Amino acid sequence: MMSTYYAGLLADVGILLLGALSVYIILATGQLSLGNAGFMGIGAYLSSYLTVTVGIPLTLALVIAAVTAGAIGVIVGFPALRLNGIYLAMATLGFGEMVRSFFLNLSPMGGSEGFHGMQHISNGYIWSWASAILLLVMILEHSQVWLEMRAVRDDETAAGLVGLNTTIIKVGAFGFAAAVAAVSGGLFAHHHLYIEPGNFSFERSIDFVLAVILGGSTVSPGALIGALLLVMLPEYLRFLAEWRFAAFGALLIAMLLLRRQGILDRSLFRAFALRRPA
Amino acid sequence: MTAGQQPLLALSAVTKVFGGVHALDNVSLNVLPKQIAGIIGPNGAGKTTTFNIITGAYRPSRGTVMLGGTDIGSEPSHRIARAGISRTFQNIRLFADLTVLEHLLVAQPHGEFALRRLLPTRWANPQALRRAQETLEFFELEDVRERIAGSLPYGVQRRVEMARAITARPKLLLLDEPVAGMNHDEAEHIRRLMLKLRDGGVSILLIEHDMSFVMNLCDYLYVLDFGVMIAQGPPDQIRTNPVVLDAYLGYAA
Amino acid sequence: MLLQQLVNGITLGAIYTLIALSFSLVMGILGVLNLAIAELFMLGGYFGFVAISAGLPLPIALLFGMAGSAILAGVIEKIGYQPFRNTTVVTPMLSTLGFSIILQNVATNLWGSDPLQLSDEVLGGRFMIGPIGISAMQLTLLGATVILVALLAFVVQRTSIGRALRAVAENRDVARLLGVSADRVTLLAFMLSGALAGAAGVLISLHYGAITPYIGVEIGLKAIAVMVVGGTTRIWGALIAGPLIGVVEVITIAYGGSQIRDFVVYGFMILILLLRPKGILGGAAADRVQRI
Repeated sequence: MMSTYYAGLLADVGILLLGALSVYIILATGQLSLGNAGFMGIGAYLSSYLTVTVGIPLTLALVIAAVTAGAIGVIVGFPALRLNGIYLAMATLGFGEMVRSFFLNLSPMGGSEGFHGMQHISNGYIWSWASAILLLVMILEHSQVWLEMRAVRDDETAAGLVGLNTTIIKVGAFGFAAAVAAVSGGLFAHHHLYIEPGNFSFERSIDFVLAVILGGSTVSPGALIGALLLVMLPEYLRFLAEWRFAAFGALLIAMLLLRRQGILDRSLFRAFALRRPA
Repeated sequence: MTAGQQPLLALSAVTKVFGGVHALDNVSLNVLPKQIAGIIGPNGAGKTTTFNIITGAYRPSRGTVMLGGTDIGSEPSHRIARAGISRTFQNIRLFADLTVLEHLLVAQPHGEFALRRLLPTRWANPQALRRAQETLEFFELEDVRERIAGSLPYGVQRRVEMARAITARPKLLLLDEPVAGMNHDEAEHIRRLMLKLRDGGVSILLIEHDMSFVMNLCDYLYVLDFGVMIAQGPPDQIRTNPVVLDAYLGYAA
Repeated sequence: MLLQQLVNGITLGAIYTLIALSFSLVMGILGVLNLAIAELFMLGGYFGFVAISAGLPLPIALLFGMAGSAILAGVIEKIGYQPFRNTTVVTPMLSTLGFSIILQNVATNLWGSDPLQLSDEVLGGRFMIGPIGISAMQLTLLGATVILVALLAFVVQRTSIGRALRAVAENRDVARLLGVSADRVTLLAFMLSGALAGAAGVLISLHYGAITPYIGVEIGLKAIAVMVVGGTTRIWGALIAGPLIGVVEVITIAYGGSQIRDFVVYGFMILILLLRPKGILGGAAADRVQRI
């Protein structure tokens, strides 16, 4: 009984990890997205439609959902990424709410009633995806493209003046992030077996951001630590009964006050690297 | 100016108006291949505005900017950079959390959609690392290659910025006050580097307040005052030009 | 009944205007999205509810709600904003999110998650003006909103406090040179903002005759859209945008079904962000001059 319960939590960590990575990828270019739950919703609904109604295998459905969400991300990204900072954050928030509202009205997929009929997937399947994408991001972090993303985050004007096409870099990152969020959504749908528009609300987008910021926003394993923390912490705070959310809020503030860069950061990684000169 | 030589960069009759104010008024200027040219003039004369026009940060209100025969006046910054113009900034602008080596990797030219840009640089593109290493040696930055560039001393940061500009393999290098705030030895180091770059085939256009530095280094000078080009010529002529002495050097001498 | 919808839309819009002004006081002056405003609004409603239940008159209940939320906003400024003044926009936004988690949890534990109802004798009657029905509380709400916005406009435009606020909004360093204490002004902006949110909370509980701990997120998020549509830098923008969004929303519900309403509201917000980033009154994007 307990083991199924913990298995469920483990699946939640994997799904949240992917959502957090989707925010992490956009954050690497210096932009904050508060609407990634929207892309997650697109992935959840599209992949469920493909497996339940069309009847194609899940893996193929996830790939199609990821590619579609990625394309939507690029299309949305081109106009949206002219905005910066808090204005982009608000625009993405609006996008997320629009997607949620769209599925509320999509009666073929159940509307506010939700949608079900998906086949259950194993933890192994969820974690195969989660670890493969985490690994992919960790490899990408050593590439030229990632370096360019960091340069754009540090100084967009200077990046343009050394020859980087900052628009393509930002839009590309946004599209990739949308694809990752869509996979997270597809796994969510086939793990919980029932989806409704409320699953993909602003609070979900905020969870992604929280996981990245708590875990550490400059290194990708930060998203893993953050996802673990976000899923497990309310469990450990269970003894506080109905006050556990307040305690969680207070811990979040304390964490920001004491270690703003998150639990993991680049200098921590460097300290463990052997070839680092003093 | 040497007669008959095709200019690398040619500004003709460039005017830039900001809210009714003429920041640049009918300015023409040429930089020849393998030339070191300088722009001098008092603060607010329009020197940095000229740089911003050349690099595409501003569009000229009127006039044309030609690089090697093509009009770049309405191109975005990154295309101009790829076409062969790199710059440094008056108040150094480095990428805050990139190491020195990373600065030299990020600015290297490459095909826009090359697959190897998605793979780890260390094994997908060893040539890039090798080129970065050569640049590090040229600018004597090997000792600090793994350091975060923003944490280095001011003079070293200037060299990193120049090295980053050179990594893009420009035909023309724009330097905005390259020796400002430097002591004599550091300035001399920069001067030697610039001469070596020029001999390697790079043209240089620089803005500088240090008169002896400019006079000793530049082949040709342009003098701006309130957005207007009031004089141009080799340093010897500028030194003795009465208009320049009156408008600019007068109070400094 | 179009006219009736208009009246209802404007009432809802008045609430949006107050919360949007609450958001934009902090956003326009400090560039920070204080997410806790949504919960300060909700708590204002409970404070007002407690005061009314204790038999206090409406104006006192309103002041009580405003004061309560203003004090909480002051605490949030001290712990959740001051230490993060020099960081990116993300950090203070998340610390205010921490506060909103705490505030919502506290409200749920104190007052329960079921709605609390106000008694009918408090709420008063309903008038018919021709064919349009309007409740006494709707009139109170509209009247109070007009007075509060006028007061805010007076404070911002005509008093030394307002001058200090605008100076800090313009340039923090210059404001300091002019002898304005930026820290005090920041605290003031947060507390004023909290008072507005609290007032909106009291008024909405009067309008609906009930209050729940979940009202903050639903209405608060939409107030962000109102702030964007109105522009973050001017009061008159929010004054127009609030009723505009309120009416659009009520009419969409009447003619398109309640489900489509958020889609329309947020779509409108995104369009404004892209086409008129300074708000509906603010004109198109300014000439983007990069400073190098």
